[in-house]
Amino acid sequence: MELELRRVQQIMGMPISLALRRGEEPLADEVFGWLRWVDATFSTYKSDSEISRLVRGELRPHHTHPLVREVLGQAAALVAPTKGYFDIHARGQLDPSGYVKGWAVQMASELLLARGSHDHCINAGGDIRAHGRNAEGRPWRIAVQDPQDPAEIRWIIETEDLAVATSGTYARGDHVIDPHTGQAALALSSVTVVGQDLALADAYATAALAMGTDARHWLSMLEGYDAALIDAGGGTWSSIGWPCEDE
Amino acid sequence: MRRVILTLVVTAAVLVLLLGYKTASLKSLPTVAIAPTSNSTSKAGTTKGTKTIDGAVVQTQFGPVQVRVTIKSGKLTEVVPLQLPSDRSRDQEIASYSVPILRSEALKAQSAQIDMVSGATYTSQGYIQSLQAALDQARGA
Repeated sequence: MELELRRVQQIMGMPISLALRRGEEPLADEVFGWLRWVDATFSTYKSDSEISRLVRGELRPHHTHPLVREVLGQAAALVAPTKGYFDIHARGQLDPSGYVKGWAVQMASELLLARGSHDHCINAGGDIRAHGRNAEGRPWRIAVQDPQDPAEIRWIIETEDLAVATSGTYARGDHVIDPHTGQAALALSSVTVVGQDLALADAYATAALAMGTDARHWLSMLEGYDAALIDAGGGTWSSIGWPCEDE
Repeated sequence: MRRVILTLVVTAAVLVLLLGYKTASLKSLPTVAIAPTSNSTSKAGTTKGTKTIDGAVVQTQFGPVQVRVTIKSGKLTEVVPLQLPSDRSRDQEIASYSVPILRSEALKAQSAQIDMVSGATYTSQGYIQSLQAALDQARGA
């Protein structure tokens, strides 16, 4: 097996794995530098981030970094198409974290492409953007995990150009809230959405999880994005264009 | 369905994870102090395409942990614990349960030739980290 460059760093509170071609160390540094900048700028855990200062009223929206305005604009534009289920104010206060991760990784992938790095795969805490081929010259193989039994893999996706985002509820504590009821969303165990843009795929997966039983219909209507889900009973469903068979 | 990873308790999650982390700040991991890992290849032995890599000794909340990884012709063929927590019965239980699983599941993942694992961050973080780290180690070593 031809060896590839693998790097992992803990950023935004999660491990971010990067697979590149050998010799692309400077690009890896650039990607991690970008992700650290995003964290410093958007983190709700860092009191000096622009988002924290915005929330405290110390920073006016029009004084924020242009990328902050862009991200908040993009996230706000998702409220209507997700029927209000994706809302960066769902917890009562601005928290764009659910959008920022996917966006940052998508931007990193586009940065790599612009630098001529055609073959790469980035995994940020389970949300993935893959492009090109792995070091063995084959399409990237991405496993979708079963949240109810992490020993199990439900699907394996082979791809040369795709974003894969998974949102889930878990025994350890539900982290998706139905913004319409304020209650934890429990009907679905996990939703995986694939498509071109990881920010959108991630937002759609989060929205679908909050939607619960109505998610299947909504997911099947998405343009350019396919989805598969595991419900609380362990049953699976996937949209017509879902790119693989059950494992 | 393919069984690829299993209930790796934090011990195993942390120990494999750390193999892949040389400079990461581990602030989100619970109560972990790490020994320097930069010499992880200094004890490496190489005989005709076979590489063994000893991870650094890692201090976890369960006790010190160290593993050895064997890679033959670019394939992860073995994960062996060199040091495991042993002072309390619960820890032994965790170690005896998680390490064989870690080993077999990492090897299965290798045979399934999976590059990356998609899952939700908050629940399966430990699982994803452990498998992902095993994959990182196998593919990038």
